[in-house]
Amino acid sequence: MKNLLELMGVEPDRIHFSWISSAESTKFVQVVNEIAEKVKALGPNRHFVKQEAKVA
Amino acid sequence: MITYSNKIKEIAKRLLKECRAEMVIGFRKGSIPMMNEPCFVRTDEQADDLVWDSHCGINLANYLTSRDEKIAIVAKGCDSRNIVNHIVENKINREQLYIIGVPCQGMVDKRKILAQTEGEVLQITETENGQITVKSANGEKTFSKSDVIQQNCSVCIQPNPVLYDEMVADPVQGQTDIDQFADVRALEAMSTEEKRAYFDELLAPCIRCYACRNACPLCYCPTCFVDESKPQWLGKSQDIMDIKTFHFLRAYHCAGRCTDCGACERACPVGINMRILTKKLNKDCLDLYDWQAGMSIDKRPALDVYQTNDPEKFIK
Ligand code: SF4
Ligand code: SF4
Repeated sequence: MKNLLELMGVEPDRIHFSWISSAESTKFVQVVNEIAEKVKALGPNRHFVKQEAKVA
Repeated sequence: MITYSNKIKEIAKRLLKECRAEMVIGFRKGSIPMMNEPCFVRTDEQADDLVWDSHCGINLANYLTSRDEKIAIVAKGCDSRNIVNHIVENKINREQLYIIGVPCQGMVDKRKILAQTEGEVLQITETENGQITVKSANGEKTFSKSDVIQQNCSVCIQPNPVLYDEMVADPVQGQTDIDQFADVRALEAMSTEEKRAYFDELLAPCIRCYACRNACPLCYCPTCFVDESKPQWLGKSQDIMDIKTFHFLRAYHCAGRCTDCGACERACPVGINMRILTKKLNKDCLDLYDWQAGMSIDKRPALDVYQTNDPEKFIK
């Protein structure tokens, strides 16, 4: 899934997969922070957004 | 090709007579050149319509979904792989089928011919040694078949049927050492910006007619996600985002199942090469899981099995 999204031009750092058990609270915090940081660095996604319908 | 056609007619008549099949699915000449159409033969006379030439690119496996009669079907390499898919996915029983295998020498891309011909194409003939003669309103022109073949056929690894009950001729020599995925690799090497631009341009002409989906034997859901309106998964407009989402999801539904038969690209009225998306998934399936779709009825598809050594680098 990630590979094809990347091929279509979504930045690799926007997509993350993780497996976290309900007992792994520290890992959860860590992963979320990491993702937030990476996505912040990329800035808002302006490309894969549908614009308002154009009215002729 | 004439010998193929005659052999197919002969087999079809025999199977109908012996009641081995209630219906034979094959090709007959279309109303205009280079557009053979699928036909469903139930009688001796109808069997005389059956033909085989370089314009049989439609994938006949598409017509097998959930049928319950005994069917004989003409199948080239990729059709047979899609038939295997159908059997593995329980869309048809092996016992219902009599597969008439055709060793395939590639299908002609009508767009390539049209681009190089002036005036309306009136007639097209081919010789056994791969010469194609096109008669148009403006004269006559001869092509070498290898120059006007479909792109997917030029990188085909399985021209002979993987599963058949009877062959119409001896197997053809398959291609070895070809680079199947050169186009995918070129795209992978682009930057994110370039990729985005590439797909914006590639998909912009799409009119959302869904011919690509309809031509594909993998797309057999009774209601496709693009047609659902409650809930509506996907916008129905021609906004580039809706188009991209449609193509992304269509490709993903074919992951690990696509045989690169080319029926989707062939069907597109505006000539979009949407196969690049399914090819990327085919390449990943081969690299990551050593999997190619439709090669054997005894193997489960890549996305259907779990192995302890499945690659999981993408999971943190
Ligand atoms: S996606 Fe296209 S190439 Fe793949 S099986 Fe379907 S019609 Fe054939
Ligand atoms: S066949 Fe072509 S125009 Fe029609 S939906 Fe598919 S890509 Fe778009």
